[in-house]
Amino acid sequence: MTDIITITDLHKSFGTQKVLDGVNLKIEKGKITIIIGKSGTGKSVLLKNIIGILKPDSGHITYKGEDITTFNTDKILDMRRDFGYLFQDAALFDFMNVGENIAFPMVEQLEMANKKELAEKVAYLLDLIDLPGIENKLPSELSGGMRKRVGLARALAVDPKIILFDEPTTGLDPILADSIDKLIVKVTREMDLTSLIISHDIPSAFHIGDKIAFLYDGVIAFDGTPQEAEQSNHPVLQRFIANSLGRRAHA
Amino acid sequence: MITVGHFVIYLRRVFSQLFKPPFRFSQFFEHLEKIGVDSTLVVVLSTTTTGMILALQLGYIMRMFHAEMFVGSAVAMALSRELAPIMTAIVLIARNGSSMAAEIGSMRVTEQLDAMEIMAVDPIHYLVVPRVWAAFFIFPVLTAVANIVGIAGAYFVSTTVFQVDASLFFQKIYLFLDPNDVYSGLMKSAILGVIVALISTYNGYITKGGAKGVGRATTTAVVTSTVAVLVADYIMTDILLNTLMRAG
Ligand SMILES: Nc1ncnc2c1ncn2[C@@H]1O[C@H](COP(=O)(O)OP(=O)(O)OP(=O)(O)O)[C@@H](O)[C@H]1O
Ligand SMILES: [Mg+2]
Repeated sequence: MTDIITITDLHKSFGTQKVLDGVNLKIEKGKITIIIGKSGTGKSVLLKNIIGILKPDSGHITYKGEDITTFNTDKILDMRRDFGYLFQDAALFDFMNVGENIAFPMVEQLEMANKKELAEKVAYLLDLIDLPGIENKLPSELSGGMRKRVGLARALAVDPKIILFDEPTTGLDPILADSIDKLIVKVTREMDLTSLIISHDIPSAFHIGDKIAFLYDGVIAFDGTPQEAEQSNHPVLQRFIANSLGRRAHA
Repeated sequence: MITVGHFVIYLRRVFSQLFKPPFRFSQFFEHLEKIGVDSTLVVVLSTTTTGMILALQLGYIMRMFHAEMFVGSAVAMALSRELAPIMTAIVLIARNGSSMAAEIGSMRVTEQLDAMEIMAVDPIHYLVVPRVWAAFFIFPVLTAVANIVGIAGAYFVSTTVFQVDASLFFQKIYLFLDPNDVYSGLMKSAILGVIVALISTYNGYITKGGAKGVGRATTTAVVTSTVAVLVADYIMTDILLNTLMRAG
């Protein structure tokens, strides 16, 4: 049991708005950690601090024992080679087609130049997300769910060691969401990845997560296994879980 | 004051990346082509008519002194020194400066710039630098086109309205137009291109606040570039005239 990422007393504000107010969290290597929490509590902000596109006001984030908050640009770029990142709204490049989007990190980060090899890998990834043959479509021609899956393929393209997923299944139909969940579990286990996932889907979180972390009021108010989460007597967490399940039942 | 400071930091980042490999040829040519396709027609139309209007105005005055054969050289001088670079810059701001700000701005608000950074690519290097180079090369080309079609417009008016002899028209241009006027105009326009690209991409780069923010960035880019182009032109003209006077 080793921690690959350790977050200590992380603070982040935007102007006068305190978003993260002392976050402490350990991410275990080879496990799926799921961050849950209300909309607007700073889950995405937390992920962006880990990858270094937002700088914390104070606190530390260590990756493999090194404090990334002290990294210079080159070291951050180096570190990012280990990461795949799925943005909440996919953030596909709108001036490139799907194939070029997925190939982008392979060309830029892995410096792959062989066109045939690239095309094969792109086709393989599109198969994986169940959208074969859409290489030449533009992101603007895809549905929200399709964009998200292409974003997922792009995140997996560089064979990352750690994947950070910002709501990989939000906006997908239940069957598709389920298949993405399965895919995440599969790649995490088979490729020995570490996954950190933001999710609003509580049943799925409890199903696939090795660990649940509940972000509330700027801090991690609870973290533990799904069983521990269900049995915890943390009132806000219980209410949050109940609400989420209730909403799902209504839907 | 804060924005000036930020812009200076941005400039430093762009200039540190200008010559950094790999040079993004495909991006560069894409922008060259885009600017060319988007703007050539508008540049041609606006400077042809400018040449014609100038010729008409000057023609009526010069006819009083029986000097209408000098209309061509006067128009050529005005165009090559000032009007062609400025008109071209204004057209390119409206067509391309605005779209640079809008494209990069919408990439900012949809997190595409962050995504690029995460994939270890500096958006300044990938998106801004090719646009700056493209503007640096295409502005003088379109300015040269503007010179030619503007003079063609003047030729048309001189020969039809004022019955100036065609060979006389060109002879006077040849006699009075200093090649330095043309070179200095083209040089100015290359620098104006860089200024427009820098200001427009900067406004896109710092966009905040969704679609509304993109609209705001575009407007700011156009207004700021226009003012900057006029101010920069004045300063460059001052410097050029001083050096030319001293040399001459
Ligand atoms: N770059 C930024 N500049 C200013 N404020 C920001 C920025 N990014 C996030 N915020 C603010 O921080 C707060 C947390 O945002 P964040 O996107 O992390 O929420 P979230 O937990 O991911 O919500 P959701 O579940 O809706 O995605 C929000 O109030 C948001 O307005
Ligand atoms: Mg979010």
